[in-house]
Amino acid sequence: MSDEYEHKLEAKSDYAGDASSVSTPDIDAVPDAELPDQELYHSHSWWTTYVFSQDAKYIGIQYALTAIGTGLLGLVLSWLMRIQLAWPGLGWLEPSSYYQFVTMHGMIMVVYLLTALFLGGFGNLLIPLMCGARDMAFPYVNMLSYWAFVVAVVVLLASFFVPGGPTGAGWTLYPPQAITAGTPGYNGGIILMLISLILFVAGFTMGGLNYIITVLQLRARGMTLMRLPLTIWGIFTATVLAMFAFPALLVGCLMMTLDSLLGTSFFMPAMVSLGETLTHEGGSPILFQHLFWFFGHPEVYIVALPAFGIVSDLLSVHSRKTIFGYRMMVWAIVGIGALSFFVWAHHMYVSGMNPWFGFFFATTTLIIAVPTAIKVYNWILTLWRGNIVLSLPMLFSLGFIVTFLNGGLTGLFLGNVTVDVPLSDTYFVVAHFHMVMGIAPILVVFGAIYHWYPLVTGRMMNETLGKIHFWITFIGSYAIYFPMHYQGFVGVPRRYYEIYDSPYIDVSTLLLNKFITIAVLIVGAAQLLFLYNLFASARLGKKAEKNPWKANSLEWQTPQMPPEHGNWGKEPPKVYRWPYDFSVPGAKEDYIPQNQPPSEIIGAKVEKT
Amino acid sequence: MIVALSIFLITIGSVAFHFWSPWWWTEVASNWGNMDDTILLTFWITGAVFIAICFFVAYCVWKYSYKKDRRAEYKPEDKKLESRLTWATAIGVAALLAPGLVVWNQYVTVPKDAYKVEVFAYQWGWKYRLPGEDNILGKTDIKYINDENPFGLILEDPNGKDDLLVDAQELHVLKDRPVKFELRTIDVLHNFYVPQFRGKMDMVPGIVTYYWLTPTRVGDFEVLCAEYCGTGHYAMRGRVIVDEEKEYKKWEAKQITFEKMLAKNRKNDNLQLVKKDK
Amino acid sequence: MSKKKSIFQLLTEKPWEQDQIEADNEHQGQTVNLTKQKLGLRTLMAASTVLFSLFIVAYSDRMLVHDWRNMPEPWLLWFNTGILVISSLVFHQTTKYAKNEFFDKTKNGLYFVGFLAYSFLIGQLIVWYQLMNTGYYATSNVANAFFYLFTTIHALHIIGGIYFWGKTTSKFIKKSLKKEEINNLIDICAVYWHFLLAVWLVLFGLMLSS
Repeated sequence: MSDEYEHKLEAKSDYAGDASSVSTPDIDAVPDAELPDQELYHSHSWWTTYVFSQDAKYIGIQYALTAIGTGLLGLVLSWLMRIQLAWPGLGWLEPSSYYQFVTMHGMIMVVYLLTALFLGGFGNLLIPLMCGARDMAFPYVNMLSYWAFVVAVVVLLASFFVPGGPTGAGWTLYPPQAITAGTPGYNGGIILMLISLILFVAGFTMGGLNYIITVLQLRARGMTLMRLPLTIWGIFTATVLAMFAFPALLVGCLMMTLDSLLGTSFFMPAMVSLGETLTHEGGSPILFQHLFWFFGHPEVYIVALPAFGIVSDLLSVHSRKTIFGYRMMVWAIVGIGALSFFVWAHHMYVSGMNPWFGFFFATTTLIIAVPTAIKVYNWILTLWRGNIVLSLPMLFSLGFIVTFLNGGLTGLFLGNVTVDVPLSDTYFVVAHFHMVMGIAPILVVFGAIYHWYPLVTGRMMNETLGKIHFWITFIGSYAIYFPMHYQGFVGVPRRYYEIYDSPYIDVSTLLLNKFITIAVLIVGAAQLLFLYNLFASARLGKKAEKNPWKANSLEWQTPQMPPEHGNWGKEPPKVYRWPYDFSVPGAKEDYIPQNQPPSEIIGAKVEKT
Repeated sequence: MIVALSIFLITIGSVAFHFWSPWWWTEVASNWGNMDDTILLTFWITGAVFIAICFFVAYCVWKYSYKKDRRAEYKPEDKKLESRLTWATAIGVAALLAPGLVVWNQYVTVPKDAYKVEVFAYQWGWKYRLPGEDNILGKTDIKYINDENPFGLILEDPNGKDDLLVDAQELHVLKDRPVKFELRTIDVLHNFYVPQFRGKMDMVPGIVTYYWLTPTRVGDFEVLCAEYCGTGHYAMRGRVIVDEEKEYKKWEAKQITFEKMLAKNRKNDNLQLVKKDK
Repeated sequence: MSKKKSIFQLLTEKPWEQDQIEADNEHQGQTVNLTKQKLGLRTLMAASTVLFSLFIVAYSDRMLVHDWRNMPEPWLLWFNTGILVISSLVFHQTTKYAKNEFFDKTKNGLYFVGFLAYSFLIGQLIVWYQLMNTGYYATSNVANAFFYLFTTIHALHIIGGIYFWGKTTSKFIKKSLKKEEINNLIDICAVYWHFLLAVWLVLFGLMLSS
């Protein structure tokens, strides 16, 4: 060990000594490849090229478009709900449809939009490119994963057309209510929902397998784990979480399906439902809640961690500065991921579980605030003394910092068991989780789309439209959710179809509801602008130059842009540095791509920290 | 410039909204004023962090906006700064957590002198049961529920005979006396929630959950169901009236015992049978 | 690549420092020295272990409620367990044959394993049939429901295994792959077989002991 180390030091001092002299090929030297190049599947027909494609980039786009399409439905549902809340006198919706829309909106946004978009969409697009692989490890399985997702979406949407309509059980699907007569869709919609989730989990497992193996085993030469962009760290950790968390959802769904279809009593206790005594006996509704949140809490981080990773990269690239505290960022991602399995019951402080659990889970929950806070500090310290380009991705990243900070801090209210008692099940909770895992990740999604759009299409998105979109979305959604917290303080409970005859709710609260609804409609409409920009720019957008943002990570260094099948042409890239070499002292440019050999950037020197 | 200014204004606006908007919690009517205090403490700490970070971001965006001839600083990490921030955060978090846990401990520890009231929830309404003279609530079972015995008391349990059954949406409680709500549901999850009392707990079929409080002011408060329970969830309201001793006794005297109710119901049934026979 | 690092060493690397850069440039881009199929199988087994563990947790929680009535253990379950043990042993032997390039022995081994797997499934079906004939329905008690659920999930895993066993066997017979590649696949199937045996022993033990 010591010999080798000294040898390296020597080599280093030599190198520093004649930095000014002509480059020697020596310093670019990389040992011969020990591993064979990846074998690639080539499609032969139109069907296997455009429909059942096995190219991860293409699957990523398919995933993203399907998820966004489903998400649009979720958006429309939210409009319908908000109109009901603001103008209850109109009789716009029946209570049962209101609850069905609440449920479908929640489930669609959390699972079918955000999870699918971050992991299926960005995961497929970016993992092979950023790791320097030609494709995913198992392209065929990857293709199956996408089509399982499509079937899951179709089954979910089919529930709108069965008798009784989709389930109105709330996205948490708590039994016994989810499968008894008092809830809309209790015998048709809920079954389709459960089947759809089971399919989603099956599909995701196939995809997740690919993401994990590709990140671990198929990286380019020189690409150590600690040279990976934080985007990959975020997506990778989120995938690992999902592989361990989704089984809990699967167990819950399977057992509830049996309770509903066969009449078993896993979760169903003896009960009298609307005057009729049911045959169930002894089941435990709280057991379902434990299973659900053992999935549900990591699920929050399955959405958040990729967003954390992506936003770190956006901030670094667009402020032309090294991400601050890369190692801390990696530790925080991994730490948050690990801790997220020990906090689930903070969703259940007032669920009737043993109240003494409250002490444990309040403590773990507040501990998780520490690594999360570190991430926020490191983002803002990345801006400090940067050279901040106010491009669209940067704008959305700044929007993310503000909304995530706000939502994260209100998490400290709800995580602290005592404070949760008066606030749980009120609009404070609704405002909190929309801010922290709705708006914040969605802003990252937009930033990421503006950022990587040229990589996919070879064209830039329209900047002016993008700016209008940003300001309306950011200010608008802040105006929706910030005041909503205060409705929660008043005590307005969530999941209420209407509440306006309550003595303690005065006119002003009603007024606030109208204001929020108007903001919702405006923000929603602004998304149409985005959609127009998304599709129109593919044809009309300005042609992008290669590596338009002057980024370092590998996805921009492919021989062609957009990258072709197999990504790297003849030979996969060799990696000589980490992706955050921005503004290196002594270097000519303010960025050094990861695959640029040392001989080309002689002069650039980094002080030892 | 505009970006920095907007972030600055959003921060100022949020603070202004907090202090001057009309939306705030209802006046507390129980001993759980200390929950409000923990919320206020949390507000001070998190509010300071929110303002500091937003201002910092606004400053950075204004000060370090892109210039072609400038280079960003190259600084991969700063161990000292990072560990300081970590410790500061840890201390802040501990300051939030400690009082929270103290209050939670009070919340889950029922005082010995608390009297018991059973809250009985169904889709979609409330009923109540008082223990009667013996101060013991009789045992119940779902299987015993029928038209004669809507509360499902076990007939063989002598403790249930003198229980007072309140078959109405309205409950009276005593001012300044700790009361333990024993929460029972016969169908799905519900949650007995009075905004002014602050307390909350789900009701779960198959088990009896509880929480306690001491009402501190006389008044008429609305009960809400705070756990989604199906289509009628939003309409599941009741009333709690906090009384002084005298009014309470009057109300209590009007309630009938289980024994009497059973006798009455049986008589009605018999009458109906007789009518049918005719 | 050559030297093994602990996860802590790995995560404390400073990728921007010169000596780390030089060490990193030698890296081959693979984290652990396993084929992607082997690592993939391990990932799936980990996820599957979580799945079964959660079932077991649910079982243990539900067991404590007073309405729990234990199921009888038909002797046929012991027989099926035996089949599973034997098939695991045979598979283990088969991987050895494959390594030594005994083509016929390997082929027979693979066939026999497949036969045993199908027998196990049929055996489980007969157990179901017997239980239902004697009135132990999933609805009559939750203990029965758990039994049917466990056996179904386990059987689905076996069916998945049979699918890959079929693909591997046909590739082996067609000799369409290189020796290392086909041995890799046979190894993977064998590991999966052992895994399913272990899962079954845990589940069976759990149901016996409760």
